[in-house]
Amino acid sequence: MDDALAKKLRILADAAKYDASCASSGAPKRVAGKDGIGSTTGAGICHAYTPDGRCVSLLKILLTNWCLFDCAYCVNRRSSNVRRAKFTVEEVVNLTINFYKRNYIEGLFLSSGIIKSPDHTMELLTRVAKSLRRDHGFAGYIHLKSIPEASPWLIEEAGLYADRLSINVELPTEASLGRLAPEKDGAAIQNAMAQIGERIVEAKAERRRFSPAGHSTQVIVGADDTTDAALIAKSENLYGSVGLKRVYYSAFSPIPDGSQILPLKAPPLAREHRLYQADWLLRYYEFSAEEVASASEGGMLALDIDPKLAWALKNRERFPVDVNKADREMLLRVPGLGARAVDRIVKARKHTTLRLDDVARLTSSLKRARPFLIAADHRPVALTDRADLRARLVEPAQQLSLF
Amino acid sequence: MAGATSRATSARTILLRPGADLTGFRDAARRLAAENVPPEAVTFSAESAPSLFGDDAPPGSDAPLVLPRAVTSLIPSVVPHRDPERYGLLYALIWRVLHGERHLMEVASDPLVHRLTRMAKAIGRDLHKMHAFLRFRRVEDPAGERYVAWFEPDHHILEAAAPFFVRRFAGMRWTILTPEGRAVWDGDTLAYGPPGSRADVPEGDGFEAGWQTYYETTFNPARVNPKAMRAEMPKKYWRNMPETAAIPALLRGAADRTAQMIEREPTLPARREPARAVAAMADQDPKSLDELNAIIRKTEPLVPGATQAVLGEGPLDATIAFVGEQPGDQEDLKGRPFVGPAGQLLARAMAEAGIDREASYLTNAVKHFKFTLRGKRRIHEKPTAGEVSHYRWWLDRELEFVAPKLVVALGATAVLALTGKAIPITRSRGPFRFDRLDNRFQGYITVHPSYLLRLPDEAKEEAYAAFITDLKRIATLGAELAT
Repeated sequence: MDDALAKKLRILADAAKYDASCASSGAPKRVAGKDGIGSTTGAGICHAYTPDGRCVSLLKILLTNWCLFDCAYCVNRRSSNVRRAKFTVEEVVNLTINFYKRNYIEGLFLSSGIIKSPDHTMELLTRVAKSLRRDHGFAGYIHLKSIPEASPWLIEEAGLYADRLSINVELPTEASLGRLAPEKDGAAIQNAMAQIGERIVEAKAERRRFSPAGHSTQVIVGADDTTDAALIAKSENLYGSVGLKRVYYSAFSPIPDGSQILPLKAPPLAREHRLYQADWLLRYYEFSAEEVASASEGGMLALDIDPKLAWALKNRERFPVDVNKADREMLLRVPGLGARAVDRIVKARKHTTLRLDDVARLTSSLKRARPFLIAADHRPVALTDRADLRARLVEPAQQLSLF
Repeated sequence: MAGATSRATSARTILLRPGADLTGFRDAARRLAAENVPPEAVTFSAESAPSLFGDDAPPGSDAPLVLPRAVTSLIPSVVPHRDPERYGLLYALIWRVLHGERHLMEVASDPLVHRLTRMAKAIGRDLHKMHAFLRFRRVEDPAGERYVAWFEPDHHILEAAAPFFVRRFAGMRWTILTPEGRAVWDGDTLAYGPPGSRADVPEGDGFEAGWQTYYETTFNPARVNPKAMRAEMPKKYWRNMPETAAIPALLRGAADRTAQMIEREPTLPARREPARAVAAMADQDPKSLDELNAIIRKTEPLVPGATQAVLGEGPLDATIAFVGEQPGDQEDLKGRPFVGPAGQLLARAMAEAGIDREASYLTNAVKHFKFTLRGKRRIHEKPTAGEVSHYRWWLDRELEFVAPKLVVALGATAVLALTGKAIPITRSRGPFRFDRLDNRFQGYITVHPSYLLRLPDEAKEEAYAAFITDLKRIATLGAELAT
């Protein structure tokens, strides 16, 4: 790999890293043909972890960080003085194949600044995916960031080659978009996401290939004054209306050459973590956004306890719950019991009566679950009603940041 | 290789091949179960070579054990575990399942099930980490390029891990070396061989420095969290992963880099505000039907096979636009809409009904011919709802440019494209308002002329007459709307 290419890689990987998504999961299991290369496993693989604790699964780069947009939170906004670079389509293809052959990556996550026009940019992105699939028989994972301002027929084409398409909402309200991302258009974003969602459903029904690993989005946390409750409500809405697979929450992070209208500060990592937990409650624990919000204070999730515990503490009259009798839905509401633990409990209690020791073997967080559970040999009479229960369950401050 | 059983007076010792001896264990378990030997009377030993003092029973002669799938799928995922007790625990599980606890695997809280499940999980994790953290280096030999890797798994998993690499890197030649053995893929067959050493993997791969560059750059210094990194990528793996050499420096510099970003004053943009470029960017939509058609022409068909895109045809100020389904065989070859048998029938009917074909706009909902080959004949295949949606953006813009007073949907596909709904023609035939598209149109629904061609002769005449009646009403409506 020559120096010029390495230099570009440095600039264009740096410019891409603020996108939180790295998933390589959800693609149908697939193996390359005779002269091709690559496979997808369904679950995805994290090939390395960087010291920020995040996984490296895909080669996550921009085609170019030249951009005509001027989004205040973005390292690549046109008014920023960062160094700029542009890959050719062939360079990206070549990098992807060579990294893949050495087992560094699961595939490619390609995004781009907007150059010339959204259509021109979208065409370039699709050309990379198409060349990987057609010229190299590449069967690895491809995630394309779609440009919502691009013409709809280009999104139709991108979905034929990508495993996942995504469009970032970034800012959840029109007001914030207007202030911080003047070139972005909330309606265009919504329409493009609806188009992708609709096409994914149709293609599944017709057994055709269109973004088979679904579509996702990202919202920035902490760049505007949107509350957690509003963010979770927005996510619930997106999961329902356009069939999103994932919403990623990205704590607004300091960037080189920050903008004047958006002063930089340490990223709100604890808040981001709680939002992911709340999001999990929506997707796997049958909570509504309203229930999550009801356990918040002024629309903000507690930082010292997880949102499920917060909900349980506010709804103590519904506890304790008997592990040997309660239905699945109520077990899912017990703090410290994950969805998998609940499934195991439901199965095991058909054959045996569960004692506290048994539950301890099924979950790794019995301490949190204990005050809310009844088992054959356990009844938390006083515990559930203790005034200091919250204080007893607070996690020791997590080392999320070394500032 | 099979296990050998040595009969002692009180206890039995089963000797198995070192590593993951699934066959040996299976044979032994069958025999022991057949002889009704309880687990506490058996010792499994796998740490030395098989003894010659086996019992006389030929290996694998016993009937298979009938076990629940949860058990049979657990066994191979525990056997590679390093724990010397693994075979004994598995046999204890089999024993209990065969002696009244058929559903034992469902009781995840049972200490034995719990322990075995955790062992299987450890194997799963070891496999996953090997698939994730193994790094190939490229070497050249007389036969071309070859990829070599050195990896040190925790358990005896080489044979369980290899198929993944075969699937993923089938087109490459590669060798994976471990302290317990090697797997060699020549592009065709997988072979196992003697152990290797790290020194067998040559230094220097042209992309390794680039990979480290990427690893360094994708790290965000404002989010330092080494604990999370180490939880997922324990240190024991680092020595075989070239990128991890960068970790100490990244951690040392992170706080300063972040502080600098936060403290540094924002700079003024050095570049001139590119006002014209920004304006041009927002103005990318095709400006004319010709521009739109150029886009359609250069786009590949959604379903491969068509010769070319078939564009709409007719004057831009047409009062009436006819929308058909998709081009047929003739249209595909000539690149013009409605020139095949159905098109000719339509032309005849339009003439009879007094509609000037030259003054009308004719197009299709789908722009490419889709067919199945039967011998040498290309048999038309109806577009799916998803395909119609895929093409509808173009129809939308096209009608926007033509701006007809009346849009005629010929057949169900056109109706689907114009309304987004599957509406039966028989029920909705006649005037209709199309409002799915950005522009709303006064519309009219009738059959597609190809439908008339497919009818049996005795029904043709009546259907044709009805079609003419529709066209006459369309002519009248068109004339009214034009004034």
